[in-house]
Amino acid sequence: MKSKAKNEMKLVIPSNSANESFARTAVAAFMAQLDPTIEEMTDVKTAISEAVTNCIVHAYRDTIGTIWIEARIYDDGRICISVKDKGCGIPDVAKAREPLFTTGGSERAGLGFAVMESFTDKLRVRSAVGKGTTVTMEKRIAQRYRHDG
Amino acid sequence: MSVTFERKSDTLIALLSGEIDHHTAAEFRESIDREAEMLRPGLLVLDFGGIGFMDSSGIGLIMGRYKNAAAYGGSVRVINAPPMIERMMKLAGIGRLDVL
Repeated sequence: MKSKAKNEMKLVIPSNSANESFARTAVAAFMAQLDPTIEEMTDVKTAISEAVTNCIVHAYRDTIGTIWIEARIYDDGRICISVKDKGCGIPDVAKAREPLFTTGGSERAGLGFAVMESFTDKLRVRSAVGKGTTVTMEKRIAQRYRHDG
Repeated sequence: MSVTFERKSDTLIALLSGEIDHHTAAEFRESIDREAEMLRPGLLVLDFGGIGFMDSSGIGLIMGRYKNAAAYGGSVRVINAPPMIERMMKLAGIGRLDVL
């Protein structure tokens, strides 16, 4: 059964590289209500940074396009984040997800999807050439119980 | 972001501070390459002690400097890498390049 989000956010930004920092900080501020550890927060910030960088470096290479970011949090402590572009799309998603594969030049490590996969619990990539890509990530934030008195 | 440099005989130490992402990596790269190209040190040390956040652009930054240094016979070492950064370096297999 699909559970209902208890809170959500939407962010629409142009693919300027200066917005990488803004995007990850905005999502981190939103997820703060789940009371994450610093490590959990850093994991999500890193994954967002990778997803947004992919939009800038690959989807909208040499152009400026729109990036849609949505995040939802659930009662069980999950945060689901999607990062969508309407850029060039990925011809071979399986290949793109291989660590160290890159078409971004010698200064790119080719680790974007590997980091997203490793730093979150679930990663889904949907892409169509010429139409764009949507990356959806999910991470469960450990619930900490309050001891009163 | 900022980079400050220290030179000790044939070693150039670059103290990096701030956050490394695709946007700031370009500025870090230009600053380090300018200094390293001028001095051509035997060992370039990248001190990550002042880095509060890094995505995989930081790995690209290290790999790029490693290739540049290797081209003139130098080497690169990364020091003060926080645990998060080490985790990403291991994901990239950079431990095997002996820079950590």
